[in-house]
Amino acid sequence: MYVAVKGGEAAIDNAHRLLAHARRGDPAVPELATEQIAEQMSLLVDRVMTEGSLYDRQLAALALKQARGDLIEAVFLVRAFRTTLPRFGYSEPVDTARMELRRRISATYKDLPGGQVLGPTFDYTHRLLDFMLMANGEAPVAPAEVEVQPDEDGTPRVTDLLDAEGLIEASSALQDEAPVGDLTREPLNFPAERDLRLQALARGDEGFVLALGYSTQRGYGRTHPFVGEVRVGEVEVEFTPQELGFPVPLGRLTVTECQMISQFKGSAAVPPQFTRGYGLVFGQSERKAMAMSLVDRSLRARELGEDVVAPAQDEEFVLSHADNLQATGFVEHLKLPHYVDFQAELDLVRRMRAEHERAQATHLSEAAE
Amino acid sequence: MSTHVSAAASPEAGYNFAYLDEQTKRMIRRAILKAIAIPGYQVPFASREMPMPYGWGTGGVQVTASILGRDDVLKVIDQGSDDTTNAVSIRKFFERTASVRTTTHTREATVIQTRHRIPEETLREGQVIVYQVPIPEPLRFLEPRETETRKLHALAEYGLMHVKLYEDIARHGHIATTYAYPVEVAGRYIMDPSPTPKFDNPKMHLMAALQLFGAGREKRIYAIPPYTEVRSLDFEDHPFRIQTFKDPCALCAATGVYLDEVIMDDRGGRMFVCSDSDFCEERRSAGHRGSMLADAPAALTGDSTHA
Repeated sequence: MYVAVKGGEAAIDNAHRLLAHARRGDPAVPELATEQIAEQMSLLVDRVMTEGSLYDRQLAALALKQARGDLIEAVFLVRAFRTTLPRFGYSEPVDTARMELRRRISATYKDLPGGQVLGPTFDYTHRLLDFMLMANGEAPVAPAEVEVQPDEDGTPRVTDLLDAEGLIEASSALQDEAPVGDLTREPLNFPAERDLRLQALARGDEGFVLALGYSTQRGYGRTHPFVGEVRVGEVEVEFTPQELGFPVPLGRLTVTECQMISQFKGSAAVPPQFTRGYGLVFGQSERKAMAMSLVDRSLRARELGEDVVAPAQDEEFVLSHADNLQATGFVEHLKLPHYVDFQAELDLVRRMRAEHERAQATHLSEAAE
Repeated sequence: MSTHVSAAASPEAGYNFAYLDEQTKRMIRRAILKAIAIPGYQVPFASREMPMPYGWGTGGVQVTASILGRDDVLKVIDQGSDDTTNAVSIRKFFERTASVRTTTHTREATVIQTRHRIPEETLREGQVIVYQVPIPEPLRFLEPRETETRKLHALAEYGLMHVKLYEDIARHGHIATTYAYPVEVAGRYIMDPSPTPKFDNPKMHLMAALQLFGAGREKRIYAIPPYTEVRSLDFEDHPFRIQTFKDPCALCAATGVYLDEVIMDDRGGRMFVCSDSDFCEERRSAGHRGSMLADAPAALTGDSTHA
């Protein structure tokens, strides 16, 4: 037995061929079409788009197929594509009050302008495996849809209602015209402002953000949160080309938005009021949007003069570890050869062991005397 | 293996020369220029997402992509060898996206991207060596916060590092850092030389070639201009020392080079061979013969077709 040090090139080519073969699986089973993934694995596609920071259902579906369903690998493929795209400008801020609602719930008010719209949700389903699905049952009949008729001005957000009473802080310290940061174009420096924190959280790993949000509920930086509102639906994206000077529609996105309302005891300068935590993700992912809004609120500790005592309040900790590509890359890089470093350590351990033995021997001979 | 033009006549369709768009390259070149102007200082840069994972050389790849010209000759090594998997993969990446000439010969290369080693052959003027860096901050494991470490660098407050090295001596009788051994650059910044064994540290001192360091995940670039003083930290009564090996290379009989330990069988059989595979091959073709050359597996000597 010996360790093959040479032959990396041929081995890589062979491994890639084997990977392609393994991806396809049993050829007797029909090949999965990307349209099928986009249509029937839609929430997975949403997650790849969100963490990949690229709104393109077909590319996300392709990435999932190529990645054999490995979520982070799919995010990786999408990000590596996204990074090569030219940036021609920034859209107008999306107005979620004018969202075409598919779902909208509030936990703070029983009823409210615009109503509660349950929409397609796993909430309140019984989690029993449906064996009919395995038997390829008939497509369910589409329910009759009632158009939600928004007012001319859209459906007001719960936070707007509270705002009218002055019970909640103003929506943002940032002006509409303030430049928006982009951590994919500028290095992230600490302390980071809220725009960059929100971007990092939106791109961040759902599991990581979820666990951090959860930790705030268990006493690690409590914020006493309420779901002011979660809404899912379609919004229009508008862009103002310089040569036109007025906004033109670019297309529509499905997004999930969460407005979390948290207590704030007030300070010498500010009366007691509610504060905001915000979450916005592509597609339908209430879990991610809610967790994001919890962590966003926790990360405002510095701004609100709260003690930073818990991980979810520590922006360096959160922002440095939220990105699953960075995390998986560095964890998995341990697979790469480390011969020369290990050689250095081997040498050191041997030398220290020899010194240890000599010391023991001296000690013994001294004890014998 | 030797110099060859890659099979693809033109770079990968749909991508710019050397993958990155020109705006990004310009941004990275600016960071590089700043890094050269302030030797050893870590310049933040807007690291891009690359088609290889973080931790696998994205920083080095971005630096290389930004400085590569069509006439450059590229060498990529990992652990000193051109044939380790990640080196092969990165070399292929540039063959595909830039169609540049590649080589395994240190002498022929104009750009050398490396992970964990500096070639044994002395680098010359006009060459650039690009290091892949995992953790650019030499103080990181002493102080986890970037906000703090940047302050420490700004104030040249390096007491922490000296205390750490002193504690090593108090505990072990010697400094117990064997790789990524901290250096002081041009009498000012303390710098992480990347996880090269400390054996390679002296090569950085007054090196004729330009040394560039890229950390992709951590978004930092730093540099050592040619002929810059690089001092490995030590104490008067505990001077810096490099590793030494008892026997010469078993394949080419070289001494004073860094050796890899290769396990030959499951009965404790082992041999020590040059970590720098190109250096070793050249010595053998010049007629140098190590004690175990005749018995060594072909996979090690690279004499026959690849296993």
